[in-house]
Amino acid sequence: MLSRIAESLFWIGRYVERADDTARILDVHVQMLSEDPWADEATACRSLLAIMDHPAGPGDREVNRDTVLRLLAHDRENPSSIAGSLLAARENARRAREIVSTDLWECLNTTRNTLPSHARRGPHEFFSWVRERAAVVAGLMESATPRDSTWHFMVLGQAIERADMTARLITTQARLGTGGPGWNTLLRSCGAYEAYLRTYRGRASDADAAGFLILDRLFPRSIVYALHAAERALRELEPVEGRHAVSDDARRALGIMRSELEFARLGDLLTDLPDTMERVQVACTRASGAIKHRYFPAVATTAWVEEAL
Amino acid sequence: MTDLFDGYPLQQAFDEMLDRDGTLRSCYEQVHGRLTGLTADEVASRADALARSYLAQGVTFDFAGEERPFPLDVVPRVIEQDDWTDIALGVQQRVRALEAFLDDVYGPQQAVKDGVVPQRLIQSSSDFQRVAASIQPAGGVRCHVSGIDLVRDEAGQYRVLEDNVRVPSGVSYVVSNRRAMVRTFPELFGRLRVQPVVDYPQRLLAALVASAPDGVPDPTVVVLTPGVYNSAYFEHSLLARLLGVELVEGRDLYTKGGRVYMRTTEGSRRVDVIYRRVDDEWIDPVEFRGDSMLGVPGLVNAARLGNVTLANALGNGVADDKLVYTYVPDLIRYFLAEEPVLANVDTWRLEEPDARAEVLDRMDELVVKPVDGSGGKGIVVGPQATRAEIDAVRSRIVEDPRGWIAQPVVQLSTGPTFVDGAFRPRHLDLRPFAVNDGSDVWVLPGGLTRVALPEGQLVVNSSQGGGSKDTWVLESDAGPRPVVAVSAESRPATRPTTPPAGVPRATNPDDVAANQQQQQQQQQQVSTSSTTATGGAAC
Repeated sequence: MLSRIAESLFWIGRYVERADDTARILDVHVQMLSEDPWADEATACRSLLAIMDHPAGPGDREVNRDTVLRLLAHDRENPSSIAGSLLAARENARRAREIVSTDLWECLNTTRNTLPSHARRGPHEFFSWVRERAAVVAGLMESATPRDSTWHFMVLGQAIERADMTARLITTQARLGTGGPGWNTLLRSCGAYEAYLRTYRGRASDADAAGFLILDRLFPRSIVYALHAAERALRELEPVEGRHAVSDDARRALGIMRSELEFARLGDLLTDLPDTMERVQVACTRASGAIKHRYFPAVATTAWVEEAL
Repeated sequence: MTDLFDGYPLQQAFDEMLDRDGTLRSCYEQVHGRLTGLTADEVASRADALARSYLAQGVTFDFAGEERPFPLDVVPRVIEQDDWTDIALGVQQRVRALEAFLDDVYGPQQAVKDGVVPQRLIQSSSDFQRVAASIQPAGGVRCHVSGIDLVRDEAGQYRVLEDNVRVPSGVSYVVSNRRAMVRTFPELFGRLRVQPVVDYPQRLLAALVASAPDGVPDPTVVVLTPGVYNSAYFEHSLLARLLGVELVEGRDLYTKGGRVYMRTTEGSRRVDVIYRRVDDEWIDPVEFRGDSMLGVPGLVNAARLGNVTLANALGNGVADDKLVYTYVPDLIRYFLAEEPVLANVDTWRLEEPDARAEVLDRMDELVVKPVDGSGGKGIVVGPQATRAEIDAVRSRIVEDPRGWIAQPVVQLSTGPTFVDGAFRPRHLDLRPFAVNDGSDVWVLPGGLTRVALPEGQLVVNSSQGGGSKDTWVLESDAGPRPVVAVSAESRPATRPTTPPAGVPRATNPDDVAANQQQQQQQQQQVSTSSTTATGGAAC
């Protein structure tokens, strides 16, 4: 497979997951600000923007939910906002058009075409629509993609993004404390609330909730589950394994992080949650870099400028 | 400027939004202000969104074979903190008195001996269950969940209309109304501090766990439903989901050796607390109706042995009896030595000959109700009834005076409601919910506001064309955030809120705009030699 195509597939996986997760985070956030009479809107919004790598300057006038929605939901120029990542996913599918199944392409293309009309609706309706589109993409991938490297690259992107975004989601709560949306709301945003309640029979604590999102081995949006999935995809891409050590830097970064989480005591993880979550994000970035370096090396950029000729 | 409140008529009833002079009450200022800015189309489209969301969630009722969403009005009902403090106190007091009354009725019957309530009253109640006298409720709690129906009279005074301590329903609407409103009208909440209702499931679970039989360290709680065809099934499944417990039907449970078990894929599992939403007479075919398929044979025996807790307790219906209702203010004075915080609606007891004579004389101006009815069944509103209806109910009263009470027509308070493209006053009631965990009676801030959608209609039950409203109890300013002590275990560490530096997010370098532009340029000017190639952006 061409590196360029592989890179596009990887990014389709990441962008769609990014749009999905951002919609979930924002939905919780907007709802929390509306519902909670004690919410401190400016602080909560600044914190969220910072966690999503979109910090508001200290001088920015009023930072409120509209600012957050503008920057993280509707900004078409920024591939980290919902609209931006859906557009970027579609662009990547276009570049890999001959590999991506027609169903998937049409789905991403339709998503782009109908984006403006849905973006005009209320925030919750827009977020629901985004989640629905992401689910359609996931379903089409699942049912119409051969399990060759096409599949593995998309899943790899999806899993890395998911681990990264779940870590950011957890950071929002860890940073805001009682001013945050609360662990239950977080679980709900991941579609994990009911699974979690059943697991702990309702008698659950905040610590269990955080633990569930980080460590649960069976829930597909937990960090550990996502890291496992990413590692699995990497192993499928490079099945030959030496007798000792791991030669793949991406796998190393993810594996070290996963082991750290899996083998830590929950209590220890929770005492410094924001830092731990930051390390998860750094590990994902590092893995992403290693994957790029290995599978989609950039062309040595030769600058053909007039003088050189 | 015209808005959707234009021509909002003031009537005889107390209006929640406007006072007698037509001035806006302060608690409605925000809501009114936001809503006047909307056009009929905008409100209608939000109302549609609410309806769609209920249809999708399955919050529906069956109307002539078609699923209709349970109507949720777009205008919330707003209650001031001060009013709410009284309501909550009154509801707590009422629940404490009813607990004491039930404990007495199924025990020494001291209130009867002291002449507070007549012996006849108890024995003639169709909901008095002798068997309940043999069951010792764990922790002394019989009314784990209560719903006390309130109305507001012409003077704005809250009065109790009826007590529901059997299987009060409707709390699921409180929870889902709030969720739907937050999603559909986020801006309405604006700067208002509306007290949250999401704590309810945790409170309920804590109360249920606390009511487990002694010596069970980690009790198994289940919700018992009559099944999917029950009209409140949505509520049963929602509660089970939010409690994180099993939703069981009668056939999922069995008793053996005086204990209750449920059938699971991992074998039998013991059940310690049953939050039952099945009425007394259906709950155990051995003890009650032998033809019941909804119950569990031997359940009552297990409860008698103290091996399982039924919540709410058996036999609570006697406290719901509308004739007993007329004695509740006396019961409050007798058991609690307090004056009632919330008054009753004036009521005639029709077994008293004088009262009966007066009522039979004035049937066309009074409301008569069967004492054991619920859901608005059998109520006849004199001024709105036909001659034939009145005659029919008159003969039934003469036949069975114990079975009926009469009340004056209370002009229930009205609140603005979106009807036919404008906001119009419609009659409301309020059902606050209280959870008793044995040490404290907690009242959910809010409760279910039901609204009668047809103009002038005074019966608000959903079975009679009623809808509901989200009920907002406003928080007085500067109150600290209350902490729900669910677990004292270690909470994840939190940090002071200095805006953190985020970890940078990667993007595909190919998505950098310059590259795209360049490719487009190439198409347009094929002959031109390519200019600077772009470097990759940081990944």
